[in-house]
Formats: sequence, structure tokens, C-alpha cells
Amino acid sequence: MSTLCVPAHVPSVAEDCEQLHKAFTGWGTNEGLIISILGHRNAAQRKLIRQVYAETYGEDLLKALDKELTNDFERIVLLWTLDPSERDAYLTNEATKRWTSSNKVLMEIACTRSPKELLLAREAYHARFKRSLEEDVAYHTHGDFRKLLVPLVSSYRYGGDDVNLTLAKSEAKLLHEKISKKAYNDDDLIRILATRSKAQINATLNQYKNEFGNDINKNLKADPKDEFLAILRGTIKCLVCPEKYFEKAIRLAINRQGTDEGALTRVVATQAEVDMKIIKDEYQKRNSVPLDRAIAKDTTGDYEKMLLALIGQEEA
Amino acid sequence: MAASDELGAITKAFSGFGVDEKSLISILGKWHPEQRQTFRKGTRDFFIQDERKFERWDDRHVIQLQHEFLRFKHAIVLWTMHQWERDARLLKEALYKGPQHNVLIEVACTRSSEELLGARRAYHSLFDHSVEEDVAFGIHGPERKLLVALVSSYRYEGPKVNEETAKSEAKFLSGAIKGAAGNKNLIENDEVVRILVTRSKLHLISVYKHYKEISGNYLDEDLEGDLYLQETVQCLCKPQAYFSKVLDASMRPDVDEIKKEAVTRIIVTRADVDMKQIKEEYNHKYGVSLPNKIEDVANGNYRDFLLTLVARGD
Repeated sequence: MSTLCVPAHVPSVAEDCEQLHKAFTGWGTNEGLIISILGHRNAAQRKLIRQVYAETYGEDLLKALDKELTNDFERIVLLWTLDPSERDAYLTNEATKRWTSSNKVLMEIACTRSPKELLLAREAYHARFKRSLEEDVAYHTHGDFRKLLVPLVSSYRYGGDDVNLTLAKSEAKLLHEKISKKAYNDDDLIRILATRSKAQINATLNQYKNEFGNDINKNLKADPKDEFLAILRGTIKCLVCPEKYFEKAIRLAINRQGTDEGALTRVVATQAEVDMKIIKDEYQKRNSVPLDRAIAKDTTGDYEKMLLALIGQEEA
Repeated sequence: MAASDELGAITKAFSGFGVDEKSLISILGKWHPEQRQTFRKGTRDFFIQDERKFERWDDRHVIQLQHEFLRFKHAIVLWTMHQWERDARLLKEALYKGPQHNVLIEVACTRSSEELLGARRAYHSLFDHSVEEDVAFGIHGPERKLLVALVSSYRYEGPKVNEETAKSEAKFLSGAIKGAAGNKNLIENDEVVRILVTRSKLHLISVYKHYKEISGNYLDEDLEGDLYLQETVQCLCKPQAYFSKVLDASMRPDVDEIKKEAVTRIIVTRADVDMKQIKEEYNHKYGVSLPNKIEDVANGNYRDFLLTLVARGD
């Protein structure tokens, strides 16, 4: 559920634009104003604001933001202002340009979005980068990662709840067989994870636990340093319990563990209008502190304020 | 009509594509028992002499007749369908009847990105599965990766092509093809598959062009050793030539039913797309016009329907 708080009486788009423009003019930038407006508008409203701002002041709002803001705060405002599908396109393109931890971002977006959202992201990718997402992912990844990630970003899974239990049993057996042989990059293993519907995969994993006693991810921990296994575990988590995946990503980022420092910004910006409420509940359950307190402790300034606005904390 | 002409007409009415309904009604319908017997005794192909002294329909020909009578119905139903449902059903059929790799490649590569997407949506509705999961499940062996990726592709369709990349990929392909003994392992070469499966069609056409300049040969000719890769390249880079080739192969005498179905499939699916260019290619390659060829091998309502569709390009 979304944690975004949009005020009951929203000013007109023209007023919002005027205030934002004021926030940029003069010395420095009035970040508080930016947060109070953009941090409390939904995707449709933000889209309209961008449109009217460009018509009124002859400049893309994002360019203005880019000029005026710095670092973490800039990044989260930038990401937040983009349309969800543009945002996913931007993030995946960025992920094809950098090093290892970005395989994770490709997997995250491919697996946590609904089939329709992933499709919209691919469309937005065409429009913005003049290439297809899959050609860039294929070009910039190699070996087993390419084998897994290209099908993941190309998938258009059946979105219904129909499940074939006999198939789930046989595919659970197949997965167990491959994992026992440590054949983690096996064609069939990847086929199942990359093409079956989320409901079907969930049924398969339940069968796996029934038959073999363990959660499948427990059996994928043979080597803690193996990055491919980590991506495989992430794939499974994202497909069947994304809120747990997101909670962990945020937790590790806040505790400065692991290599995915951008996770906090990315997860909050991409989930605030989607699943943030559930993620907050997970976080509280797992860490015994509410997320907003953890964020307040770990971040500062405008970046902190924007994060808190997006996760729905009421203004003090 | 002279007796021998009538025999010839009825034989033709039962041969080739579709049946000649008019002749069957006007000639066969008025034949006396003796005339029908003359027919049965005279045609070795359709009837066999039973040991109990009567001419029996050859079972295989009765089964074939079933297909011929239904050919018109299939064409009409396929033509009337929404394009998305049509492609989804073609993909499904290609999987359980065979599997027919060439049809999977044809549909995945000759439709636009949006059309392929529509087909994938329709597939969800019709079969409660995604097309890629069924293809992955139903195809085994090294060609699986190629086919799953082809049906999952959503290629960029804009005009921008990076010529430098196209040139270097053409160079890479040239090296890879030379290095693979008889092309047997080429389909397992991840880079080769990556290029064919993810790049935009305009990009691949540029690769095709650079390949000719670099190696002196055409890319699809050099892929003779791997049918699937060759077909993929042909469908992506020169679809009308591909279609005219398949049409010609399907209209030869004594081809099996599966090959014959290609005629309906291609003409129905291309009538509103590039039929004009396909006709030009066909004429250029085989020296006879496509409509004339159809007149020759097809009968009755089916023939008339095909000719109407083929004429749409004019």
C-alpha cells in the first residue's frame, strides 16, 4: 500500500509550478518548499506539474532540479519526479553502465514489477534510449548473469492466479535435483524462474518446502561469496515475497552493510506509491524500530526530510 | 463435356489445394453409377483394388480430402480473427504440432514489436500461460534459448542505428561463422544469439550490409549449416524473400499437409502487410506470377479466396 500523503485540498497545478519556480530563484534553493510540494503529490499530479512547468517557464522541471540540487537529495527528488515507467527505464539503463551490484537492480526491477509495469518500462526505455532494454542488458552482461537476466527483463508472465499443482510438484522436483547437483545455471532452472507466472512459482516453492523440508533459498547458500547465487536468491525473493526483499535491501543500506548504498533512495522512490506500507511493517517486525526512526537516525538534512515525507511520516 | 475431360476435371477437383466445388456438383453429381466406377477404376491414386473385388477409397486420401474440404474454412476463420488471436493460436499450434520451429521463428520475427506484444497478451487470455513459458517447456536442446528469446523480444523500432556497433557486430559474426566447424555449434554461441535476438531490425539490416562488405557473402547464405539461425536472419532482414521462398516450397506437388498449411498462413497473415512486395519477389525469383501459380494448384472457393487476398496488394 502507498504511504504517500497527498493533502486533502491540493493547490492548482499553476500554483504548484509557481511555488516550485520560486524555490529555485534567488540565492540557494528552498528545498523545504520542494519537499512540501513534490513530496506530497502522486504520479498523475507530478506528471501534470512537469507538463505545465515546461509550458510556463520553457524548461523541463527535471533540468531545473538537476541544476539546483546536489547528491542524495537531488537523486531522490529526480527519481521521484519521473513517471514510474520512466524511472524504471532510467534505473535499468544506469544499471547496465556500472559494475556488479547493479545486476541486482536489473533483477529487482524485472521481478518485483507486475508484467504490465515491466512492459511499460520497456516501452519507456525505447523512447528514452533509442534501444531495447534487452539489447543493452544482453550487451553489458556476460555468462550466467546474461543467461538469467535477459530472460528476466524480457518476460511477460501470465498474471492470473491459475495454478497447475501437478506441474508445481514436478518442477519443484526438478529444481531440487538441479540444486543438489549444484547446477545453478541449469537451463531448466532458469526457464522455470524466468517464464512461469508468479502464482505458479509460489505454488512450486510451497511444494518444494513440503517435499524437501527446506525453503529453497536455504539450499542456495552453498557459497556466501558467490554473486550468482545471491542474484538467484534475490530473484526468488522478489518474485514471491518482494516486501521481505525490500526490507532487507533497506536494512543493509541503513546499516552500511553490503555494496548497495543506493538501495534506500531507490527503494523508497520506487515503492512509495506501491508497497511502502507493507515494507514499513516488515521493517518494524524485523528490526523492532519503525522505519522512520531508523531513517531519521541515519540520514540528515533535506534528504532525510524527503525520505520521511515519502514514507508517510506526518510533518512534525 | 467429353468423358475424358470430365474425368480430368474431377481428378483435378480432388487434387491440389482445396476442392473444386462447382465441378463436383455439376459433373460428379450427375454421373451414373457406371461413370463413377470408371472414375474409381481409372485413378490409381485415390482408390485401391480390394481383394474382394471392389475399388476402395485409399484411407490416406480420404484423410487428405478432409483437409482439402476444410482448407477454405480454415482460411476464412483465420482471416476473420483479430490479428493478436491469430498469432497466439499460430504460436500455440506450432508448439503442439511438431514443434514447428519455423513457424515460431516466422511469427516472432516478422511481426512488429507491438504486434508481437499483442499476440503475447492474447496468448495469456486464450491459454492461461505466457507464450515464453510454453515455448521454454516444449522446446529442448540448444535452440530453446534462441526461440524463447525471440518470442520475448520487444525490439526498438525507431530509426536510430549505431553504425560502429553494427560494423563491429558484423565483423564478430564473420569471425564466429568462420570458426564454427560446419555451423554446428553456432547456435550455442551466446554472442551470436544475443545479436540476433536483441538488436533492432534496422540495426540488423545494417549488420547484414556490413557483413557482405566484410566477408563477400550474404549472412544468411553463410548460415546454411544452421537452419534456425538462417531463418531468423531471413525473417528479420528480408522477410518478403523468405515468404516467397516458403510459398514456393509449399506449392510443390506431393508436399505434406504441414507444409501445405503454410500457404493459408502466409497469405492470410501478409495480405494487409507486404503482399505486393512478396508478389514481386516471387515473380522475380520463380518467373511466374503468384496469382498464376495459385490458379494452377488450388481449386474452388479456396482458390478464389486466396486470389482475392493476394490481389489486395494491387
